Amino acid sequence: MSDALLEVRGLRTVFHALDGAWPAVDGVDFNVARGEVLGLVGESGSGKSVTGFSLVRLIDPPGEIVSGTISFDGEDLLGASEERLRALRGDRIAMIFQDPLMTLNPVLSIGEQMSEAILEHRACSRAEALAKAAEALARVGISSPEARLRQFPHEFSGGMRQRVAIATALLNAPDLIIADEPTTALDVTIQSQILFEVQKLSRETGTAVLWITHDLAVVAELADRVAVMYAGRIVEIGPVDQVLDAPRHPYTIGLLKSSATMVAPGERLHQIDGVAPRIDARPSGCPFRPRCLRVQPICADEDPAATGQGGHSFRCHNPVPAGDAA
Amino acid sequence: MSAKAKTPAVPAYADTQLRGKVLRRIRSRPTTRGAAILLGVMVLLALLAPVIAPQNPHDLASLSVMDNRLPPGEAGMTGVTYWLGTDSQGRDMLSAILYGLRTSLMVGLSATLGALFIGISAGLLAAQFGGAVDAVIMRVVDFMLGFPSILIALVLLASIGRGVDKVILAIVLVQWAQYARLMRASALVERRKEYIEAALNFGLPTRYIMIAHLLPNSVGSVLVVASISVASAITLEATLSFLGVGVPVTQPSLGLLIANGFEFLLSGEYWIAVFPGIALVLLIVSLNLVGDRLRRSFNVRS
Amino acid sequence: MTAYVLQRLIQSVLVLLAVSVVVFFAVYGIGDPIELLVSPQVSAAEREALIRRLGLDLPVWQQYFVFMGNALKGDLGRSFVHGVPAIELILARLPATFELVLLAMTFAIFTGVPLGLFAGLDPESRPSRIIMAGTVLGYSLPSFWKGMMLILLFAVVLGWLPTAGRGETVTVLGISTSLLTLDGLRHLVLPALNLAIPNMALMIRLVAAGTTETMTQDYVKYARAKGVRPRRIVGRHVLRNILIPVVTVVGIEFGSLVAFSTITETVFAWPGMGKLLIDSVYQLDRPVVVAYVLLATLLFVTVNFLVDILYAALDPRVKLTGEMA
Repeated sequence: MSDALLEVRGLRTVFHALDGAWPAVDGVDFNVARGEVLGLVGESGSGKSVTGFSLVRLIDPPGEIVSGTISFDGEDLLGASEERLRALRGDRIAMIFQDPLMTLNPVLSIGEQMSEAILEHRACSRAEALAKAAEALARVGISSPEARLRQFPHEFSGGMRQRVAIATALLNAPDLIIADEPTTALDVTIQSQILFEVQKLSRETGTAVLWITHDLAVVAELADRVAVMYAGRIVEIGPVDQVLDAPRHPYTIGLLKSSATMVAPGERLHQIDGVAPRIDARPSGCPFRPRCLRVQPICADEDPAATGQGGHSFRCHNPVPAGDAA
Repeated sequence: MSAKAKTPAVPAYADTQLRGKVLRRIRSRPTTRGAAILLGVMVLLALLAPVIAPQNPHDLASLSVMDNRLPPGEAGMTGVTYWLGTDSQGRDMLSAILYGLRTSLMVGLSATLGALFIGISAGLLAAQFGGAVDAVIMRVVDFMLGFPSILIALVLLASIGRGVDKVILAIVLVQWAQYARLMRASALVERRKEYIEAALNFGLPTRYIMIAHLLPNSVGSVLVVASISVASAITLEATLSFLGVGVPVTQPSLGLLIANGFEFLLSGEYWIAVFPGIALVLLIVSLNLVGDRLRRSFNVRS
Repeated sequence: MTAYVLQRLIQSVLVLLAVSVVVFFAVYGIGDPIELLVSPQVSAAEREALIRRLGLDLPVWQQYFVFMGNALKGDLGRSFVHGVPAIELILARLPATFELVLLAMTFAIFTGVPLGLFAGLDPESRPSRIIMAGTVLGYSLPSFWKGMMLILLFAVVLGWLPTAGRGETVTVLGISTSLLTLDGLRHLVLPALNLAIPNMALMIRLVAAGTTETMTQDYVKYARAKGVRPRRIVGRHVLRNILIPVVTVVGIEFGSLVAFSTITETVFAWPGMGKLLIDSVYQLDRPVVVAYVLLATLLFVTVNFLVDILYAALDPRVKLTGEMA
């Protein structure tokens, strides 16, 4: 584990409100190794996106990172200066956002928005930066890239814009790409194209990827390891085949059973009863307890600690026995 | 809001300053209670002006020209103290301001009421009948709103001359269009609601529906905006009077009092212009603050 | 594009026509200018001659057609008071008003945009809230009152600047300007500042609201995630977006600045078009009032037209088509 590129320990990000400060991310630990693809899965409101943004400290008031450590290539990110972070963002840690329609500035050309990602990090001429941008566009399968650079975002389709975002993320050959549900807003065919391309690029360049999604099928296709988030915590984490084939946490099982693409054809699709608790109304003890089919008396009193072995760990007082596949 | 945890999850904050900032943003700003009280006092003073003013400033016989341009606090020939000084005709400034306040408020309120009446009627008609009626009314509205208010009022007063009634007319002409546009917009929203359709299907007369249903349910936002527009009506009146095309010299408003004092400002006899000016500023600012508060609490966008 | 320009031209002509009718008939009720122009001693015959010479004996509608016919030839009538063509009178005063408006607009933009950015970037800070409170005063207080207070402070109390009038001017390319002499500038500063204040307030509020809104947009967060420096985020990503409403408002407010210069010119005894308008209203000089309003309308219409074109140039999403109203 010491060769980890990214090491997150006890990360806690709260949102301030009139009646207190409510944790969106509530003590999260995980690592990402070099070149690894980690899938971060959860329902909306589970804190997975906030986790992603916390990693590069892009949390704005009323949100605030209150505790934990984030170490990137041995460097403490929570203690780093704002200028140091800026230098890392987009250079060694790139991000891809959820909604490609909202992430590009409508009044600046694609060329300007791509080249600034280079020019803000290293001294080179505008022409060189634009040439690199054109090269990156070609890599993600956009034809006549030079002409495209002179266009504006409204002249691109949603899928094309997300390709632009991916190309932008690749510009500086980062060590880590944080992708926040980058395919959610796209239709299914474009989704799988983009997944394929990201996977290919990650293999080619050795870039690690933190892929945030609510879709287990995407994780199964793409990731080396998977972390399942619920109510601000990681409830289960491990190699993707172990977690998906032999899940231990009841929530993971629920997610698997409710995922259309993960259930064998003909089998009934399930739904987890109830809804995820609001950030300001989380139950005591294990936060999943009101919806859990395996709930025990202890679950109300004590938040389960992480247990498990061989890189597969989970937080449950009454886990599904190993090998007892759902 | 129903399911709340008993205790906040994180009792200790890493950054109390940030928390304070966030709280300030969520909580309402310090209220405009002061402005409301000030406004109430000014309205009361204006109403009671004939009772509380030391002098009737319109009655030239009661003025003593010998007491002209006395600085504030000075006693006149008859021994009365002029707390705010006197003007070039020996008029007590305090009395002049109280009466001026009365004129300013009267003109501002009547003009706003007149503009409201015309604007609401026009907007309601446009929304109810649509088609050619709507097109004609709205073209006129666009035309009026396309010109600076001061220019419209100036040209009108240039042709009809000065006088309290004429100033009111000019302000009505300038202000009705904005109410018409607002009224039409909110009446159009209201008209699409089911109860109006139901009433129409019921065969109720159009006039009845307009007055009994459409009007009371869509007039709210117009009235809220009007509360701020009283301030701009008063400002416009003061400006016109300052330019010499507003109220007549026999019934000076605050604006005219300021204009009369302007020539003495340069020679250091500041009080003749400055005190009525302060009264005008307080009136306008308090009206703005109260109106803005109303607008915010009713969530109306102007 | 051509269709759009054509449509706008037709619209503009219609507006001008409407204004000419409204203004001409409104001002016709101004009273009898002859009473003002002719001394009581003048004989009835001379009176009659003058009435006929000024065309005041014709019915109103006929006067209008005569007026419009002449207007199309560039003749907007003769001033009753000065006896010279109204348009010449106004054009002679145009440079004074124009330099006032120009300087005021410059003040408004160069203080309004930075202050608005500042207030919009950190709206909860104390200086921001002081600025925003100041803007309420800036546009709600009557212009003549602010002008008087400026005179009281800078001319009477401090004695730094002259109280009124236009200072020394020089003629460049046939246009007299006070922008090039120190004395001229000293006379210009206060009236220009006074004219600028409401627009500064408006500009600050507009830019502050735009900045606050733009800063919360995903594309700003994305730019931060790309490691773009704060200076560039504000200076390029935010400002480029705000520029669009700013340009629009500058155009619209240009017209109201010309109109409001009437008040400022009266307070500061500035010999511009606005002062001429007020004097003409007093003296019932009908042709000058009508000519002023027509010229002002022409100015508004032209500026609005230019703003629309500039708007399209600034916003890549806007295409000028004939359908745009």
